[in-house]
Amino acid sequence: MRFIFKTSYAQDINLAKHGGHVFWYSLLGVLLLAAPWLVAEYWLAQMTFILIYAIVGLGLMLLAGFTGQFSLGHAAFLGVGAYTQAVLTNAGLPFPLALVCAAALSATVGVVVGLPALRVKGIYLGMATLSFGFIVEEVLARWEKVTGGNAGIHIKAPNLFGWKIDSGEGFYFLCLVITVAATLGILNLLRSSTGRAFVAIRDSEISAQSMGIHLARYKTLSFALSAALAGVGGALYAHKLQFISPDQFNIIQSIDLLLMVVIGGLGSVHGAFLGAIFLITMPQVISLTKDYLPAVIGQAPGLQAVVYGAVLVAFVLFEPMGLYGRWLKVRAWFQLFPFYRQGMFKRQKSFQKSDRLK
Amino acid sequence: MQFLQLVISGIAQGCIYGLIALGFVLIYKATETVSFAQGELMMLGAFGGLAGMTMMGLPFWAAAISAIIAMGLFGVLLERIVIRPILGQPAFSIVMLTIGISYVARGLITMIPNIGTETHTLPVPYKDQIWKLGTLVLNVEQMVVIAATAVLCAGLFAMFRYSKLGMAMQASSQNQLAAYYMGIPVKTLNGLVWGLAAAVAAVAGLLLAPITFVHANMGFIGLKAFPAAVVGGFTSLPGAIVGGLVIGIVESLSGFYLPDGFKDTAAYVVVLIMLMVKPNGLFGETLRKKV
Repeated sequence: MRFIFKTSYAQDINLAKHGGHVFWYSLLGVLLLAAPWLVAEYWLAQMTFILIYAIVGLGLMLLAGFTGQFSLGHAAFLGVGAYTQAVLTNAGLPFPLALVCAAALSATVGVVVGLPALRVKGIYLGMATLSFGFIVEEVLARWEKVTGGNAGIHIKAPNLFGWKIDSGEGFYFLCLVITVAATLGILNLLRSSTGRAFVAIRDSEISAQSMGIHLARYKTLSFALSAALAGVGGALYAHKLQFISPDQFNIIQSIDLLLMVVIGGLGSVHGAFLGAIFLITMPQVISLTKDYLPAVIGQAPGLQAVVYGAVLVAFVLFEPMGLYGRWLKVRAWFQLFPFYRQGMFKRQKSFQKSDRLK
Repeated sequence: MQFLQLVISGIAQGCIYGLIALGFVLIYKATETVSFAQGELMMLGAFGGLAGMTMMGLPFWAAAISAIIAMGLFGVLLERIVIRPILGQPAFSIVMLTIGISYVARGLITMIPNIGTETHTLPVPYKDQIWKLGTLVLNVEQMVVIAATAVLCAGLFAMFRYSKLGMAMQASSQNQLAAYYMGIPVKTLNGLVWGLAAAVAAVAGLLLAPITFVHANMGFIGLKAFPAAVVGGFTSLPGAIVGGLVIGIVESLSGFYLPDGFKDTAAYVVVLIMLMVKPNGLFGETLRKKV
């Protein structure tokens, strides 16, 4: 058991709470930097995807996990970012400028979607974002002059002011830098008063409002930031795949993103990363185990959907805090050994409260 | 004439949306949860009917009735096993749960060898027949949809209005705690509501099957029934049907008079406008939270 002796108030909001954090996160950083020399090229590409999805996950986590606004159309922001990046890069804009434009346009779209969010809540908000997602997908498919329609669009390699990044390693480092920047940005945001306001809105809108939090401003801000991160993720996604088409940004993608933050653990920054790791490695694990299963099950096309669905159901039923919640339990077990009790993380039974009256 | 023709086919499509939306509303009213699995329940119902007709060789009516009853039981079971343990948790976890259920249902159907990945036609007795009414050509399949929806709605209306069970369901949907104090078995009722919703979904599936085909992804139509439920106001049963009709007619007309691409998005445009203008829908109740 670790006891932290606090001698100043600043210690409460330090990013690294104690030496252990510094040590383990430095080790993780070193490993990530050394990864191109440690793992095979295929797995490096998967790690790049994890980083990209983690950026999108951070955005969705900010919106869903910390502000309590659920978006069922997040793939739309991903699509807006990806297409902006593709069109601008192909027009010859350097990578950083195109990335900023992609983020800005996504954020603008996010604000537009956020506006109805000020009036509607809960399932209605889900409905609004879902509708918006369908409309964006249709626009991407129909606006053929710019987006190339259903035939999709190819995108050139990122161009960093004359330095072309076309190797897998180079792009990995690019994603790593952007991911670290996004993570530090979110962590800093969450310990600032803005982040606290988000959490207050999630916990109770009425009490947040009565403490002087401007609901409209903070909700819109949350939507904008979340959409901007999704746009950045989308831009990197477009570069990684080098080819994008509207059906990559459909409702299934939106649900996958949501599944990612729920399985990772709502309300934790770690959760975005754990969820991304889950989302990317799960298909790999399934395809690895396929050969050991009887052909009827192993070769069936629906296997992946069944596994995803079953894992999702199992997490909601047994581990609502997600993978990060499971890790907290494991950590508590080790820290308190041998005094861990069964009921320590027991969910509080609550009476069913009417959501309609919110 | 053409206009009328479009409206009629819109009404038929709208009835399907309305029936699925009816399931959403039933569940939402009774248990305050939103089921994203409704479209998949419909798909399962259609496959149930198909299995009854082709594998067991039952006549259409017997297969339809047994599929509806089987789906009703399935709904009760589903509620008992996965939904009830997490009642009272935030609404969003239940949404995720039902999304998970729909993934599993779709995946399991796809996994059935040689059946799941194919598209099937349900050999109904009224397939491909038309009635001519002057210059109006009426598709019998669509007429059956409209008639069956009307009958079902009348039945549901009578049940909620006159039967003890229906009254109890209404009471528990208004205030669960008060209903519980009055001696109404709220938990059992929730199970029955899920069963009823699943049965209605199965009816929708069996009605839709002759018009489109029976395949594993037909449940995605449930995503269009959502706008129907929202337009009608999420808490009103007649609203669900009216919302479905609105969406169906708008979709059918915009598919003909507007350029390509509007047919698929019409439902969502309508719902976005609805949410901005009247967030509680046409028949929804406006309630304020008391602190």
